[in-house]
Amino acid sequence: MKPAPFDYHAPRQLAEAADLLAKLPNAKILAGGQSLVPMMNFRYVVADHLVDVGSIDDLHGILAADGKLRIGAMTRQRELELSADVAKHCPLMVEALRYVGHRQTRNRGTIGGSLAHADPAAELPAVCAVYDAVVHIASVRGLRAVPFREFAVSFMTTALASDEMIAAIDFPIWRPGHGYGFHEFARRHGDFALAGAAALLVVGADSIVQQASLALCGVAPSPSRVEAAEVRLLGQKLDAALIRSAAAAARLVEPISDIHASGDYRRHLAQVLSIRALTDAARRAGVDVPKLV
Amino acid sequence: MSKKPTRVTVNGKAHARLVESRLTLADFLRHELGLTGTHLGCEHGVCGACTVLVNGHSARSCLMIAVQANGCEVTTVEGLTPEHGLSPLQQAFVDNHGLQCGFCTPGMLVTLTELLRETPDPTEQEVREAITGNLCRCTGYAGIVKAALDAAQRLRKGSGV
Repeated sequence: MKPAPFDYHAPRQLAEAADLLAKLPNAKILAGGQSLVPMMNFRYVVADHLVDVGSIDDLHGILAADGKLRIGAMTRQRELELSADVAKHCPLMVEALRYVGHRQTRNRGTIGGSLAHADPAAELPAVCAVYDAVVHIASVRGLRAVPFREFAVSFMTTALASDEMIAAIDFPIWRPGHGYGFHEFARRHGDFALAGAAALLVVGADSIVQQASLALCGVAPSPSRVEAAEVRLLGQKLDAALIRSAAAAARLVEPISDIHASGDYRRHLAQVLSIRALTDAARRAGVDVPKLV
Repeated sequence: MSKKPTRVTVNGKAHARLVESRLTLADFLRHELGLTGTHLGCEHGVCGACTVLVNGHSARSCLMIAVQANGCEVTTVEGLTPEHGLSPLQQAFVDNHGLQCGFCTPGMLVTLTELLRETPDPTEQEVREAITGNLCRCTGYAGIVKAALDAAQRLRKGSGV
């Protein structure tokens, strides 16, 4: 047996889970377990209690209503990958999920787990950042809604208090026909990305950019929006020169340096991957731009 | 020590046990049920040798605790094998040099069983992507991919072996 001993709880109601989290000392939430269990097997994490939220029906599901796509925290990554609603309303997520781990881990891994774990290189937090998602958080004090930019605090750190859990995530639905692109670089398929870029574009008549969003993962301690790039894109005619100019703003991020890649290399990747993501987004929005890098 | 009653159906056979919370599903299968076909390589979700089907979906059994499988149906490599002889996928592994030391083979077979069920006519790229989560340290991937494509063809023809 690899993990240290712990007590296991499997509540069936959200309120019951919130009660357990409020009263149990040193409790961890078990969602898909694809990050928590390896950390427990290594004994990086030693919990006295595991609260398995997998049996809470209210945490599962995908619902498109009122201009939002609401996804329950326990929805498996593989369900999202295969969901017609996600493909229709939030196509960038499907694109990003192709890079998330492997088939076996996506079968178990959940969107809520990925957000709560908050690995800076993870793809789903970047998807939340680029869409300005809203995270709904539950506890004994009730529900609160937190914009993703306030939810992601830093390296593996979120706005969640120790007795709180993610209940659902809302993604604003962008106009049909919007462009989207996701690119990342990892040493092997399924590895954590050294850097990744997610782009969304709405393009009007005469190729004028009406709405733009660009986010990076793997570069900074948490997924970061490249606001300078968005400013350069808005109201301008979308072409190769504009994409180059916007992606150059990705070099302005303050990158992390570690054994996997230097900060300079990450800065280079951020720019190249931003060009690729924006190019895909432009083409899907109906603007013909050549492959730049 | 905290023990929980756990009911799980493995390869069609129902089991009810009192299981320690921290026991992984992989250790449960191997030590409690004696199903040693499921191999354990890294025990932290990297190598894929311990892959089993949980309610029909591939999962790393080292990243599940056994009590999480309460009420689930689990299929191990033993459950993929017919009473006599080999499954078409297993036979294709034999015929295409899809295994050398055999350590990664159970995980490969389970993962590819799910792939071929969902995608009966996969491209080579789809086969390669499906097994990105399964490491073969003999580096025998070429034979494994060939075996998967061969098995797909055999299964589509319905000729079994």
